[in-house]
Amino acid sequence: MLPRSAPPPGLEQAITGNLDAAFNLARWLLRDPSAAEDVVQESALRALRYAEGWRGGDGRAWLLQIVRNTAYDWLSRRRARGEVALEAPAGDVAGPLDDLPDPAPDPEAVLAETQAREGLDAAVAALPVELRECLVLREVEEMSYRDIARTTGVPVGTVMSRLWRARRALAGACVEGTTP
Amino acid sequence: MSEPCEDRILLLQADHDGELDAGRAAELATHVATCLGCAAARRDLAAVSTRLRRELPYHRAPDRLRAAITAQMAPVAAPPPPRRALLRRQIPAFVAGMAAAASVALVVLPRRGSDVAEQVLGSHLRSLQAAHLFDVASSDRHTVKPWFDGRLDFAPPVRDLAAQGFPLEGGRLDHIEGRAVAALVYRRARHVINLFLWPSHSLRPSEPAASTISGYHLLRWREGDMVFWAVSDVNLAELEEFVRLWRAAT
Repeated sequence: MLPRSAPPPGLEQAITGNLDAAFNLARWLLRDPSAAEDVVQESALRALRYAEGWRGGDGRAWLLQIVRNTAYDWLSRRRARGEVALEAPAGDVAGPLDDLPDPAPDPEAVLAETQAREGLDAAVAALPVELRECLVLREVEEMSYRDIARTTGVPVGTVMSRLWRARRALAGACVEGTTP
Repeated sequence: MSEPCEDRILLLQADHDGELDAGRAAELATHVATCLGCAAARRDLAAVSTRLRRELPYHRAPDRLRAAITAQMAPVAAPPPPRRALLRRQIPAFVAGMAAAASVALVVLPRRGSDVAEQVLGSHLRSLQAAHLFDVASSDRHTVKPWFDGRLDFAPPVRDLAAQGFPLEGGRLDHIEGRAVAALVYRRARHVINLFLWPSHSLRPSEPAASTISGYHLLRWREGDMVFWAVSDVNLAELEEFVRLWRAAT
């Protein structure tokens, strides 16, 4: 389970310093806050176990790659158990888990914010997961194409075309949606 | 409506994302100046990104998750607890235990860089790198201050120094020494100043004291029942000026 020896210097910082990014990605991939907590916790364990893959630096792309793989494992386990569909069916914007309460410190403020943002939020949540991850890593995490490619395990060219498809889909949603 | 040139779509996007070298960006700019379709595509890209960055929520890691992972990394974690069961069932008890024995927890969770100055600097750097400078972006202190209500167990003073050249840009929840703290974000030209504050254990005021880590300056002081840390890459004289003005303002 846990490594017997102390992890290499800076590794723990790479994990704790990127926990928000890790949770944000997991939350966007899984669309389920409590599953995202499970996945991030499992990812932190994997990160400690696979410490030799760590090359120093701020470790964000490295940790997010682990989070992403763990999240995909979780999604395929969930699909295998037949609990819910992996993706919301086309045209059905709300996922089956989307109405679960978010364990946030201030539910009312969160609800108000959610309502204000619902259009765009829902449009992003409805994107296929491989487009959604590229979009979130670029627009929310502001990662470079190279880091996104590393995190998602696909070539840079694929990142670029996925990003373009995601944005084109959202450009449609932005026009149709209620622009505040 | 004109369509963008099929073979330039990904170039337009790469330019938008700052991934084109100067030569190709200049070539593209020349083309876009005369191509309505490409110009429209570029505007669409900018519009989508602006909306996403402004409106998409950033889901920060919940405190209990942070506590669980920090605890996981403590070398004394005796027999590792079962992974999946740990999260929702055992953690509340675990966190409560940590709170009850806070002093013990500090002893058994030795962390590299546990020094407050390094944590403050770490939070400052993360706020810049993770594109997460604000939870609430506003130059109006009457917007920023109430935002903290209910998110913190204290009411942070919020002051605007726009007239003195340090405009307030927003606020953010952050974590220092395992507690939630207020971070106020100010700008000086192109530099960001993070001001962290939280209630102090000591009521004895102290004058600003400077420290420098890796080229970043930090000033800390205590006033009222709060402890303050200002951190930035502006030069020390400017940071001192900021602190002097902040303390003088009301």
